[in-house]
Amino acid sequence: MTHFTVTFREDKCKGCELCISVCPKNILALRDTINTKGYHPVGVTDQDQCIGCCSCALSCPDGVIRIDAE
Amino acid sequence: MKPIFEYTKGMREQDTHYCPGCTHGIAHRLIMESLDERNALGDTIGVCPIGCSVTAHQYFNVDSCEAAHGRAPAVAAGIRRAWPEKYVFTYQGDGDLASIGAGEIVHAALRGEKFTTFFINNAIYGMTGGQMAPTTLLGQKTTTSVDGRKKEISGMPLRVAEMLSTIDGAVFVERVALDSPAHIRSAKKAIVKALDVQEKRLGFSFVEILSTCPTNWGMTPVKAQAWLRENMIPYYPLGNFRCPEEVK
Amino acid sequence: MNEKVLMKGNEAFGAAAIQAGCDLYFGYPITPQNELTEYMSRELGKAGGTFAQAESELAAINMAYGGACAGKKAMVSSASPGIALMQEGFSFIASAELPLVAVNVSRGGPGIGGIQPGQADYRQVTRGGGNGDYHIVVYAPYCIQEAVDLIIRAFDTADHYRNPVIVLADGMMGQMMEPVVIPQIRRQSSASEIAVEKPWALTGSGGVRDRNVVRSLWLDPQQLEDQNIRLDEKYQRMKQELPEYQSVDLEGAEIVFTAFGTVSRIASEAIRLLGQRGIRAGMIRPITLWPFPYHAFEQIDHSSTKLIVSAELSMGQMIEDVELAVKGRKPVRLIQRSGGMVFTPAELAARAEELLSQYQ
Repeated sequence: MTHFTVTFREDKCKGCELCISVCPKNILALRDTINTKGYHPVGVTDQDQCIGCCSCALSCPDGVIRIDAE
Repeated sequence: MKPIFEYTKGMREQDTHYCPGCTHGIAHRLIMESLDERNALGDTIGVCPIGCSVTAHQYFNVDSCEAAHGRAPAVAAGIRRAWPEKYVFTYQGDGDLASIGAGEIVHAALRGEKFTTFFINNAIYGMTGGQMAPTTLLGQKTTTSVDGRKKEISGMPLRVAEMLSTIDGAVFVERVALDSPAHIRSAKKAIVKALDVQEKRLGFSFVEILSTCPTNWGMTPVKAQAWLRENMIPYYPLGNFRCPEEVK
Repeated sequence: MNEKVLMKGNEAFGAAAIQAGCDLYFGYPITPQNELTEYMSRELGKAGGTFAQAESELAAINMAYGGACAGKKAMVSSASPGIALMQEGFSFIASAELPLVAVNVSRGGPGIGGIQPGQADYRQVTRGGGNGDYHIVVYAPYCIQEAVDLIIRAFDTADHYRNPVIVLADGMMGQMMEPVVIPQIRRQSSASEIAVEKPWALTGSGGVRDRNVVRSLWLDPQQLEDQNIRLDEKYQRMKQELPEYQSVDLEGAEIVFTAFGTVSRIASEAIRLLGQRGIRAGMIRPITLWPFPYHAFEQIDHSSTKLIVSAELSMGQMIEDVELAVKGRKPVRLIQRSGGMVFTPAELAARAEELLSQYQ
């Protein structure tokens, strides 16, 4: 069973939430922290549930998301 | 660990100035990915419009120039004749392409110019603060149509893809949207095909990309994608209008 | 091969541009320069360049901007109202520091005006109708041979300073035929030469350098001020290095004509006619209209000269630069025709004599 890792370059995130809206497993959410731009960046709530569909990365306008598989 | 999605080196490290959720960022990435994947970043020259993406040259990792409002297809025609072997594209919004530049885009199509135009249709003027565009929908409120676009004053919105598809030289014409991951994948395919058309020197290739403008539409980025789906797609149908046999 | 051939001005302008190394020409038909566009459509391709008829002058100047961005020698031509359409392009090209050559075969104006010769574009080409602080070098040939020589030089000037250059002919010069020598010197730069000669050009980075950007937008006001200062330093150098003029018979002259282009030939004959009536006259003929050769007027013989006459086919545009040059030391008067009407040498001489009588 492939495990996927989603990484966020937090300081590029503008908190637009497009990725959150398209995640079929609902495992993305805004974090409590504030990044250097002044936005709440997005983070993964449950990495193990990720199915590697890449919908989040496809929807991100800012190149925040990287997805690796193993 | 192997990457299954990483940001293309076709996009420079510079953070974009675009509003949160603006789909310019997605469109930029799809185009640059497509050029990166065919190892063409070093052989591409892009022409930026006047509009929010006037400084796209700070994000595209290819040789680029600015162009006067609407003139990008003429500028690209000059560049294409300078370097017949390179990839050349224009990237334009509603005002640039469908209003002030309406003449230039028609003649680029007419001459079958061997470059690709990417048309960002978000039914409004973004950079200047939300005025009506030729693509603004009937009834849509903007800062210069405060009671909503009226047919008797402004006419019906312009369907650019349909219009250009009547011109023989426009050999590849497709309309796509960026409102969902599925549509984003289709948009990428259309962009790749448009570049294939250019690579084979078949004629003018054109991709109209329905996009959002959350700020000037007055809604969140997520709601803006829904608005696009519910309002723009019915009037601006998605699909291919013309495609040469060689790239089908 | 330096053979003398009889050529129509417009065609000679095209032949000169091709020999100068023009890679790209963009044009739109407009009287009285159509033979130039047509000549390029026949000949430029044979010489290894590319011709395109644009959908308008607005498109033509922008196509030339694209070609110049890409490091090629680009050219446009038009006549007065078409040049008016190109003003936006000139401002962008100057701001982006790109080379360009434009030939203006000028006619009567304003508005649609007429199709007969005129010189009423003087202000348009020297002051510029585009926005912002910029200058365009303007060469004003007086005969077809000089036009050929100046067009060839214009390409070098444009490349050297990375700036647009206008060669201002008029409808008479475009349409007349004269014997000319077109030097056979054509050379086109290869892609690798362009990458070296013009490292800023958009040629595709090839993966060996960072990407190039050609721009005129500087949103940060300090950056835009710095850009303006840099451009101005270039213009100040151009003002030192470029002014050119010809002066004839200034010593002992009672009247000094200032005239450019075809009018200077009429003035030459008028000087001869005045001489027959015992009136000594001379002429200063600016060859560059920008930068204007103000210093030429320091050569005026103050002991003899009573009057300076600006002879123009306009309602008086160059006269403003003449007045600046003369600095009030002598009276400056205008003799003019406009609308496409042209004075004969006899008419010019008679009107000059009448004016002179007011200063005896």
